[in-house]
Amino acid sequence: MGERIFFFLLAAIIIMASITVVASKNPVRSALALVVNFFALAMLYITLHAHFLGAVQIIVYAGAIMVLFLFVIMLLNLGSPDAMQETTEIKRPIAWVIGLSILGLMMTQVFMVASVVPTEAPEWIGTTENVGNALFSKWAFPFEITSILLLVAVIGSILLAKRRQLN
Amino acid sequence: MPTEVPLNAYLTLGAFMFVMGMIGVIIKRNPIVIFMCIELMLNAVNLTFLAFARHQPTLQAQISGHMYVIFVIAVAAAEVAVGLGIIMAIFRLRDNVDVDQIASLRE
Repeated sequence: MGERIFFFLLAAIIIMASITVVASKNPVRSALALVVNFFALAMLYITLHAHFLGAVQIIVYAGAIMVLFLFVIMLLNLGSPDAMQETTEIKRPIAWVIGLSILGLMMTQVFMVASVVPTEAPEWIGTTENVGNALFSKWAFPFEITSILLLVAVIGSILLAKRRQLN
Repeated sequence: MPTEVPLNAYLTLGAFMFVMGMIGVIIKRNPIVIFMCIELMLNAVNLTFLAFARHQPTLQAQISGHMYVIFVIAVAAAEVAVGLGIIMAIFRLRDNVDVDQIASLRE
C-alpha cells in the first residue's frame, strides 16, 4: 500500500513538472521544472530497486546537465519571457492533436501487456556493487565505446565553441 | 518481493512524459527549451526501461535494463554538450537563435 501511495505522489509531481516544462513561457522556469522532474524520477528509480541509477540521475542530470542549461540560458540572455514571442499559433493545435493521438496509440499497447506478472526481483539488483560488476564484465565493451563517444563529444564541443581565427 | 504498482502505471507515466516532450519539441521556438523537451523524452524512455527491468524473470535480463539506462544517460550528456555548443556557435554567427528563422540549410 505504501509503495502505491508513494508512486502516485511521485507520478503527480512528474506530470505537473513535465506540463510546466512545456507550458511555461519562461525558459528558466522550464529548467527549474525539469529539475523537479528529475528529482522525482530519481526517487521513482529507487523504488524500482535501481539505487545506483537514482544517484546517477541526480548527479548527472540535476547536477551537470541542468547547470549547463542554465549557464547557456543566462549567457545568451534568453531568460526573459518575451525574448521569443510565439508567432506561429497554427503549430499549437496540430502539436496537441499529434501528441494526443500518439499517446492514445501507446495506451492501447500499454493495456495489452496487462498480463505481465510482477516477478520476485531481489532488492540488491541495482546496487553499485551489482551494477559495477555487470558493467565491467559482460558490458565492458559497450562501456569502452561510450568513453570514445564522450571523447568525440568533448572534442566536438570544443571545436564548436572555439572562436574562429581570421586568416 | 513483488512490486505493488502494476507495470501499466509506469508505462502510462513514461508515455505521458514522452508525449509532453514531443509536443514541446514541436511547439517551442527556443532551442534550449527544445533540448529540455528532448531530455524529457529520454527520461521517459529510461523510466520505461527500468519498469520493464523490474518485471523481468531473470537476473541477467534485469541488469540489462539498468545497463541500457546508463548508456542512455551517457549519450544524453554527450548530446547536450554538443547541442549547446552548436547553439552558441549559431548565436555568435547571427545574434538570434529562433529556430523558425534559422533556415539557411533550407535555402
